[in-house]
Amino acid sequence: MSSTDDYEPLHGADHAPGDEPARGREVAEGVLGYLIGLALAILLTAVSFFIAGTFLVWRPSIPIALVVLAIAQIGVHLVFFLHITTGPDNVNNVLALAFGVLIVFLILVGSLWIMYNLNQNMGPMTM
Amino acid sequence: MFGKLTWGAIPFDQPIPLAAGGIVVVVIVGVVAFVAIKGWIPYLWREWITSVDHKRIGVMYVTLASVMLLRGFIDAIMMRSQQALAFRSQGYLPPEHYNQIFSAHGTIMIFFVAMPFVIGLMNLVVPLQLGVRDVAFPTLNSVSLWLTATGALLVNLSLVVGEFSRVGWLPFPPLSELTYSPTVGVDYYLWAVQISGVGTLMTGVNFVTTILKIHAPGMTYMRMPVFCWTALATNLLIVAAFPVLTATLAMLTLDRYLGFHFFTNEAGGNMMMFMNLIWIWGHPEVYILVLPAFGVFSEVVSTFSRKQLFGYRSMVIATMAICVISFMVWLHHFFTMGAGPNVNAVFGIASMIIAVPTGVKIFNWMFTMYGGRVHYATPMLWSIGFMVTFVIGGLTGVLLAVPPADFMLHNSLFLVAHFHNVIIGAVLFGAFAGYTFWFPKAFGFRLHEGWGKAAFWCWFFGFYLAFVPLYVVGLMGMTRRMQHYDVPEWRPWLLVAAGGAVVILAGILCQIAQLVVSIRRREELRDLTGDPWMGRSLEWSTSSPPPVFNFAVLPHVEGRDEYWRRARLAERAGPMAEPIYKPIEMPRNSATGFVCAFFATFGGFGMIWHIWWLVGVSILGAFATFVVFAWRDRTEYEIPSDEVARIDRANRRARGEAVAGAGALS
Amino acid sequence: MTAFQAGAGYGDDRPEEGRRRAEALFDRADPASKRIIVGYGFWIFLLSDIVMFSAFFATYAVLVNETAGGPSGKDLFNLHNVAIETACLLLSSFTCGLAAIGSRAHNSLMYYGGMAATCVLGLGFLSIEIHEFAGMVGQGAGPTRSAFLSAFFTLVGCHGLHVTLGILWLLTMVAQVFAKGYRADILRRVLCFALFWHTLDIIWVAIFTVVYLLGAGA
Repeated sequence: MSSTDDYEPLHGADHAPGDEPARGREVAEGVLGYLIGLALAILLTAVSFFIAGTFLVWRPSIPIALVVLAIAQIGVHLVFFLHITTGPDNVNNVLALAFGVLIVFLILVGSLWIMYNLNQNMGPMTM
Repeated sequence: MFGKLTWGAIPFDQPIPLAAGGIVVVVIVGVVAFVAIKGWIPYLWREWITSVDHKRIGVMYVTLASVMLLRGFIDAIMMRSQQALAFRSQGYLPPEHYNQIFSAHGTIMIFFVAMPFVIGLMNLVVPLQLGVRDVAFPTLNSVSLWLTATGALLVNLSLVVGEFSRVGWLPFPPLSELTYSPTVGVDYYLWAVQISGVGTLMTGVNFVTTILKIHAPGMTYMRMPVFCWTALATNLLIVAAFPVLTATLAMLTLDRYLGFHFFTNEAGGNMMMFMNLIWIWGHPEVYILVLPAFGVFSEVVSTFSRKQLFGYRSMVIATMAICVISFMVWLHHFFTMGAGPNVNAVFGIASMIIAVPTGVKIFNWMFTMYGGRVHYATPMLWSIGFMVTFVIGGLTGVLLAVPPADFMLHNSLFLVAHFHNVIIGAVLFGAFAGYTFWFPKAFGFRLHEGWGKAAFWCWFFGFYLAFVPLYVVGLMGMTRRMQHYDVPEWRPWLLVAAGGAVVILAGILCQIAQLVVSIRRREELRDLTGDPWMGRSLEWSTSSPPPVFNFAVLPHVEGRDEYWRRARLAERAGPMAEPIYKPIEMPRNSATGFVCAFFATFGGFGMIWHIWWLVGVSILGAFATFVVFAWRDRTEYEIPSDEVARIDRANRRARGEAVAGAGALS
Repeated sequence: MTAFQAGAGYGDDRPEEGRRRAEALFDRADPASKRIIVGYGFWIFLLSDIVMFSAFFATYAVLVNETAGGPSGKDLFNLHNVAIETACLLLSSFTCGLAAIGSRAHNSLMYYGGMAATCVLGLGFLSIEIHEFAGMVGQGAGPTRSAFLSAFFTLVGCHGLHVTLGILWLLTMVAQVFAKGYRADILRRVLCFALFWHTLDIIWVAIFTVVYLLGAGA
């Protein structure tokens, strides 16, 4: 493999995940992106902490609300910090992420469902 | 100072492991001494041990797998003979010993034979088929190889120092917990598998990146050979599944070492969770094993039918479907654990669905053969043997996927026969087909056909003799892993099975003979053109063996079966014009992989025997190795263009002479 | 159009067309640049790490109520500390981003400043976490007390171990830039480090939500 120039994002080619711009004006844009991401993340985090402790929200909905907020935060991280976008140069990155999300989903939901059923049927005898 | 390690760890009082261990030590010392005396060590260090060349790494993987196949097979012979003898008797293997043997057999065959074999084939072939010079991360590739070797070394070390695990190839708790397995056996298993698992995960990352990001110009996804597609699916599965293995074994390790309660009987542990997690890994694992074999068959069947693979697009879709669905069936390994009919039904249906894309593949191979001019060379025999054998094994699998049937057959010898049917029929036959097919590419001479065919027939008939009786005896109710039994109806079947193992032994001896004879007669068997089989994909456009840089100029790909197109064009229109040669940069060799594995071996050994200072030293050593590697300034070396030209012109000349001399390439 | 669409349907029958379309999407002269290759490879590794964490998460979720008569999350978790830890990590993600931009722009103030801030914040996170763990062990709520605690310590501890390794890596990256400048291969590693650090923050989001907020509330 020849070592091509690493500073120029290749024309029409893929984008490395998480990669930054390198030129002057774009630096300011980059910083702005991070600031927006930080602000959104702080907001979402604060709301999460608030909801967890408050009685202003209907309590049974809190777990779902927290999960939704967490997913939103993760989304903010992915977009603003990891620069995962839906552009054509990001296809491989998004596909890989989607595959990872699928696997995580199968592991979490599958395990919880299976173990719940197993624990119901196979739990210790109480007598 | 030495933790739990004492002289008592060496089995002076047990004749069989002592003799076995003694033989192994003598052989290893003998080989090393021979190599040292002959002065080959500098060559081996420079050209092989520190190599980051995917071709060399592939060869070393396959070599490791082949040697471990012998060890795993000896375990198998011992098990078969024990069961043949142990009717109303204790046989010759006491239970604690027998348990170690079946545990070692499974562990070695899965982790240190099947995995390295398929990874080795992918290493050798995928970059060549993609038309590129190496994988994405060559030094990481070397690390993967040597970490796998570390795992194999630790398992074999348990033969001489200490003992191996007695709890089966998957260490189910609570039996594998410290309370019921207080000795070092399970620890040997845990560290051997964890360390080699890290290596495998790195391979997965390496190959996914290589296949998706590195390719010759014009090599779009839909022009890749099917072997590359199956390699992609395999490595995606590795990346997705192996972390679960790492986590699960880590949890068991924490239970054993630090008194955690993940899977213990007390304090709320849930051992069913271990089953759940380990099979989340375990099912994709068997697809990791089988998908490369499917890829091999796609290449072999199309080459030896002289016909383009039938249904390329459906093959790709079937491969990716298998990749995804393989993550949705894992509960079928524990239908009987009690999740209930709803859960069992879902996973049972999913397990049947996954047979569909596999069926699509089988039909595609058959349709490729139909209308082609089939040449029954050894690789093709393995492929046809696979088609018959694997279909039977798959059918028994679909039968087992029916939960009520599985309730009768779970953990019986029927199950054992099923998984050997599919693993031997697909993975091993595929490995042997790939080995025979690509051997000339790796070494420059073909393997002897006669011995190859003899090996195939012995394996084929030996397999059926060894395993069909196990189906029968499983249906009669015999449980797996029995050290002795007293049911007279089972006896004749087990005797036949033992006979089958002997026939397989004959097959292995034929393969050894094949290798020896081929090396001796390598000049007659020399592959001068680089294309001994009338191949279809780009690896056959290189010389045998290829130069270190694979291609003097990366080929510009215009369709599927690119090499076939070029070869037929060259036959009609004469050889292609000489390209413009440019200097080529290749990655430098590096001792990083070997040194990392060195520290991993000592670290693993230290963890097993509780020699904590050794663990600390090893961790520091491994970290230092990373930093040294990261501090390198010169990572590549340049091959000047006239050197490239010289090598390439010599290859072109040799190929031209061979083609002219041999007339038509048929 | 995706790579798939570019390649599919342009097989042997229209090779030139296929090549033109493919060339529009892939760099033709050579395979993809090293930066893209390394970045993508590390991204795949991170996904595997996330899968590993999900196995620990699943175990935690299954064992969360197995307190064996001992303390549960409600009894043990101090949400103030968790909030501070979260702030540390989130800010450190931001400063890491600044460092990454600085590295690409060869701006030493941004780079060294960003890395230093990231390091301090990361160490802050770790010190609070270690203090929390020590406290729990001290009150007899260590990982050997119950399955719940084993799962808690492993999941959160694994994350903390990753943070520790990340800080070691951070220091190495600072040393490398200091010793060798903004060389291309070192910048690739900075890219990987940044990916790693951001991912750790993502995992922390899941941890503080599922383990601490849900655990303390329920």
